[in-house]
Amino acid sequence: MAEIEKDAVSGRETTGHEWDGIKELNTPLPRWWLYTFYVCILWSVGYWIVYPAWPTLSGYTKGVIGYSSRGELRKELAARDKSRTVWTDRFSALSVGGIAKDSELLNYAMAGGRVIFAENCAPCHGASGSGNASYPVLADDDWLWGGTVGDIYTTINYGIRSTHDDTRLGEMPNFGDEDMLAKAQISDVTEYVLSLSGNSSDRDAAMRGTEIFAEECSSCHGESAEGVQDMGAPRLSDGIWLYGNSKEKIMSQISTPKHGSMPAWNGRLDDISIKQVSIYVHSLGGGQQ
Amino acid sequence: MNAEPDNNSQQVNASLYSKHLKVYPQRIAGTFRQLKWIVLGVLLGSYYVVPWLRWDRGPDMPNQAVLLDLAGRRGYFLNIEIWAQEVYYLTGILILGAVGLFLATALAGRVWCGFTCPQTVWTDLFLLAERFIEGDRNKRIKLDNSPLTISKAVKKIIKHIVWILIALLTGGAWIFYFVDAPTAAVDMLSGSASSTLYGFVALFAGFTYLLAGWAREQVCIYMCPWPRFQGSMFDEDSLLVTYEEWRGEPRGKAKQKDSDNNLGDCVDCGLCVNVCPTGTDIRLGQQFTCIGCALCIDACNSIMSKLDRPANLIAYDSISNQLARAEGRPAKKRFFRPRVLAYVAILISVIGIMVLSLATRDRIEINIQRDRSPLFVTLSNGDIRNGYTFKILNMEAHANSYILLADELDNALITVVGIESKGAKEVILDVDPDSIGTFRVFVRVSSERLESKSSKLEFKLINLKTGMEIEQETVFYGPDD
Repeated sequence: MAEIEKDAVSGRETTGHEWDGIKELNTPLPRWWLYTFYVCILWSVGYWIVYPAWPTLSGYTKGVIGYSSRGELRKELAARDKSRTVWTDRFSALSVGGIAKDSELLNYAMAGGRVIFAENCAPCHGASGSGNASYPVLADDDWLWGGTVGDIYTTINYGIRSTHDDTRLGEMPNFGDEDMLAKAQISDVTEYVLSLSGNSSDRDAAMRGTEIFAEECSSCHGESAEGVQDMGAPRLSDGIWLYGNSKEKIMSQISTPKHGSMPAWNGRLDDISIKQVSIYVHSLGGGQQ
Repeated sequence: MNAEPDNNSQQVNASLYSKHLKVYPQRIAGTFRQLKWIVLGVLLGSYYVVPWLRWDRGPDMPNQAVLLDLAGRRGYFLNIEIWAQEVYYLTGILILGAVGLFLATALAGRVWCGFTCPQTVWTDLFLLAERFIEGDRNKRIKLDNSPLTISKAVKKIIKHIVWILIALLTGGAWIFYFVDAPTAAVDMLSGSASSTLYGFVALFAGFTYLLAGWAREQVCIYMCPWPRFQGSMFDEDSLLVTYEEWRGEPRGKAKQKDSDNNLGDCVDCGLCVNVCPTGTDIRLGQQFTCIGCALCIDACNSIMSKLDRPANLIAYDSISNQLARAEGRPAKKRFFRPRVLAYVAILISVIGIMVLSLATRDRIEINIQRDRSPLFVTLSNGDIRNGYTFKILNMEAHANSYILLADELDNALITVVGIESKGAKEVILDVDPDSIGTFRVFVRVSSERLESKSSKLEFKLINLKTGMEIEQETVFYGPDD
């Protein structure tokens, strides 16, 4: 082995490299650094043995303790579900109306329901049930299919005009079809409907519309247009209009009605979630007793 | 200031890359050592005992006298309970701590460092254990320099076991300030405590072992920022550990002293350096490595009394006194200096503000969050409704009932989710002891009553029992028109 050269000025060893007469001092890594590095290498060997590490042709080495991050997640989810049984057991045992009467369960349901609503319902019904064009506001006191917590639970479960067998179903005929009503009649009955909420501008037309309404509309919308929730027939005497309250919009809705639909959530969400979101929707402000 | 930096030659001029020389502090008896033992006993005693003190706060409340319940976001100190939003009291305590430190430093130098700093106290404790097992300074030096024998290994192993035990007790006791001490102690001993708890005990134990066992004076010299600006905290009238250079120099052996050679009182025995926990030579003058523990005073006095020379060659004294004595002027102590008075004034006013605000603080608070989506809801009869999330922080130890009213808006009706009503002028809300009641509150107003898009609304909450009122203003939104 060659003699290691020492630098005369600093007294330190050189690497033996020289450029234009300048020699490079040997400044090795600090020992603590080097040892830490070696320990890390040893550690990694242990890691290969214990944990999943190397890819193989058909999969990967599984490691001796059988760890997998997916399995870890499964365990955590199971632990979470178990910790929630304090609540969920009571949710399963009680009807949705019973849950709403218990203030503890009510708070739990409102907190959970808020999240479920934001993830599943808000795209159509708007944040906090503030509604969207053609999607009903859930925060007001006007309900197409009933506003008790039980009604809301049924609606969410089976949907409206959905593919579920127990779906809520109600349909308004196309009064604009040839054998139904003439355009003038539709205009008259529209004036009548507008007059119910004090918005008509043509009294004579409204008077003419009275008879048409009694004949054609009252069977579903009720004698005084108060609405029939069993059929989802909206109340026409209030200030809330799903498809707009201009004469044009109402006429269009009589001639060729739009029918919104809501999917059945039974099967998409579990029963406990549906109960929670029902209670949440009920708490948005319009819930009825 | 007379603490000339050029006196600090040894420490300052040492290479920044010099190898660490182990300090072997020698045992010394004396006034200040005695004082230090007392301070150590009181501080360590209270540290280990305080979490076990009980304080009855009534049912369902923790009965630990001092408890920082992080999970429950509450701090308990005897009969004072602090909620998370009152954490600014901590600021007050920190200010008190800082100004108190400045005051102590202005009066008597680094008494904090030398007597009460946890680093000093635990290092003393670790040294005590070390001395008990390995012997005093000379024996320890010899032991460290001797080749490894079974007896040396046994001594070293016992020492580290004792250190680790002390460290574990220290870390364990720290945890007790954050959880219920008796429960946590049983849990920890039976092995059923959470891994978080064990983790924190290990963390604190590990650092106690490292800092008090291994790092010791290096913490004071290299890690702690305090020594670096202590120079601006004391002045020429502060009492400091000082060496009377005019009397001690020139040094010489005791026997050589006679009237001719003019030797000073210092016999250069080196005991003052040997007992120093940071290995500082105080005879070089003020320096940042001196933590002001005064053990060198004990050391020097023990020698001076043996030699029948006047005591206090090294003493607590001010720099101006030292100068006066050197020049033969009468020395006098000045305690009431502008700096001291200013610190005292700040201390008193901060304490006053804290006591006053603690005595007069409300034990109730309301938070109102207005719904933003939807801003308002038009009801079927044309009424306008706004929603609010209403929180009542009942910080009292008993349940309270409140009447909620909506002021400033005519005929506003209140509905609260979970309380069956069609809307009323006032609603009664119940809140559990020491907890937050959260309510969804709806206010409806006939649209004719609304004069503008946004109106003022004032919620008033009246305590049913005491009649105490608390108000908060918010707004009520309606349609544009």
